[in-house]
Amino acid sequence: MKNYTADDKYIKALDPNKHELAIYTDDLHVSYGSSEAIHGVSLAFERFKITALIGASGSGKSTYLRSLNRMNDNIDGTKVTGKIMYRGLDINGPGINVYEMRKHIGMVFQRPNPFSKSIYDNITFAPKRNGLKDKNKLDELVETTLKQAALWNQVKDDLHQSALALSGGQQQRLCIARAIAMKPDILLLDEPASALDPISTSTVEDTLLALKDDYTIIIVTHNMQQAARISDYTAFFHLGNALEFDETSNVFTNPKIQATEDYVSGRFG
Amino acid sequence: MNSKKWDKVATGVLYFIAGIMILILAFLLIYILVNGLPHVSWHFLTSSAKSFQSGGGIGVQLFNSFYLLFLAMLISVPLSIGAGIYLSEYARKNWLTSLIRSSIDILSSLPSIVVGLFGFLVFSIQAGLGFSILSGALALTVFNLPLLTRNVEESLNTISESQREAGLALGLSKWETVLRVVIPEALPGIVTGMILGAGRVFGEAAALIYTAGQSAPPLDFANWNPFYIASPLNPLRPAETLAVHIWKINSEGIMPDASQVSAGASAVLIIAVLLFNFGARYISARVYRRMTGGQ
Ligand SMILES: Nc1ncnc2c1ncn2[C@@H]1O[C@H](COP(=O)(O)OP(=O)(O)OP(=O)(O)O)[C@@H](O)[C@H]1O
Ligand SMILES: [Mg+2]
Repeated sequence: MKNYTADDKYIKALDPNKHELAIYTDDLHVSYGSSEAIHGVSLAFERFKITALIGASGSGKSTYLRSLNRMNDNIDGTKVTGKIMYRGLDINGPGINVYEMRKHIGMVFQRPNPFSKSIYDNITFAPKRNGLKDKNKLDELVETTLKQAALWNQVKDDLHQSALALSGGQQQRLCIARAIAMKPDILLLDEPASALDPISTSTVEDTLLALKDDYTIIIVTHNMQQAARISDYTAFFHLGNALEFDETSNVFTNPKIQATEDYVSGRFG
Repeated sequence: MNSKKWDKVATGVLYFIAGIMILILAFLLIYILVNGLPHVSWHFLTSSAKSFQSGGGIGVQLFNSFYLLFLAMLISVPLSIGAGIYLSEYARKNWLTSLIRSSIDILSSLPSIVVGLFGFLVFSIQAGLGFSILSGALALTVFNLPLLTRNVEESLNTISESQREAGLALGLSKWETVLRVVIPEALPGIVTGMILGAGRVFGEAAALIYTAGQSAPPLDFANWNPFYIASPLNPLRPAETLAVHIWKINSEGIMPDASQVSAGASAVLIIAVLLFNFGARYISARVYRRMTGGQ
């Protein structure tokens, strides 16, 4: 494998006066036990845009993404240092109500993980726990989120069937609907389409493009075409560092860093 | 030989072994039921036992078995659920939790007669509970708790980590996630384990011989005040159960119809245990449907 040095970086700075930032990290380090997986990543994510995180397997994309809503807290022995700034608040700091924060920063995982409850209950479960009791409002929420996730037409006649009876692609869109039912600001997606067939994949992509109007989306993907199709910005990860961050068109047509160029052109490693 | 042939041979051997197990089970069941059922009547099920004459029943023992079972489960179900949740969801991987796990495994492999003698020394003698339902229920708890705890822990462990992440990512607290996502999904397994555990407790004799005792004083089914000595509910009275009764008749029974009473009681016992087993399957299937399919 070629050696790319981490000193050779291009991270485009987003001028806060021109771009409204939804969230950014400052010198974020993540370690599992004694081994550090993310070595000081500083990235900013613009509001109502889609940012793609790309990079080889093991480069730390999931680790980085999962630290943004502190899902790594649940793994014994992980340590996250550095700042994660969200609405002027360091959500990596002490005294943060993690559960409250996750209502603002939702997440969709690589493998569809619907609850083994009905479609309806999957979506209403968390909002109900949050105090939404009104039956009409809940019905409405189910309808709008399923429509946003492009699933409504397929399931509207049988909302009370088990979510486990859906196909993988439908389950993943249900998980997206479930996440946006909490009306988060930011939606984190870790390879949401990697377990799906091409048709479901393109439905999910359309869904994400449609959601961009209301949500800030950060998506990990191995699929370069997907990143090119849907994202506004792309960050390239390599061995725990973000080596390049720029507008997607630049990253794919005119990368500034050798490593990025090799990766996007398939000459990597 | 090629692998296809081997596959056939191996399948044949497995079928053969399975067949033998089914045959043994069928033989046992048929033998016990054929011998015992003719002696089972309403009178037999409801009247009390006789020591010297024939015509005694098993009414009191049957009641004792259920009451003891109820008390034992009343203690061990909540404890095992709490311990199982702790071990599966909260315990960190360190020497203390692995010590707890090994202790539970060792406890669950103790022969029940050892549990019985332990119960005798600790509950009957030291704690002064004597031969009583309470001693028996506590001994049964010692016998049952490790298995139930392991069952709860394992049922929870089968629920994929991604379900917990789904709950947490929606902003639910850890406890809410455990209570409302993980436990409902694990419930069929937990319930099955509980019912099978109940069946095991129901048929248990050795742990009870020296704790709940071997005598079944007549009960006054008209007085349910638990403090009255002949009340069925009195937890401090000695209470021979069905399984202990069978053991006792066979070792020292001197009533003329001892073998018939024993056969009848065995048939009742085996039917009860079978009911627990079928009940476990039926109820867990229902719970599963309820938990996965909407309302
Ligand atoms: N739970 C964990 N415990 C210990 N090490 C971990 C854990 N998860 C990830 N790692 C390590 O952290 C590094 C980054 O892994 P990560 O999963 O973030 O990569 P990734 O870019 O998402 O890869 P992929 O494309 O395969 O999903 C890897 O070296 C991995 O072995
Ligand atoms: Mg990953």
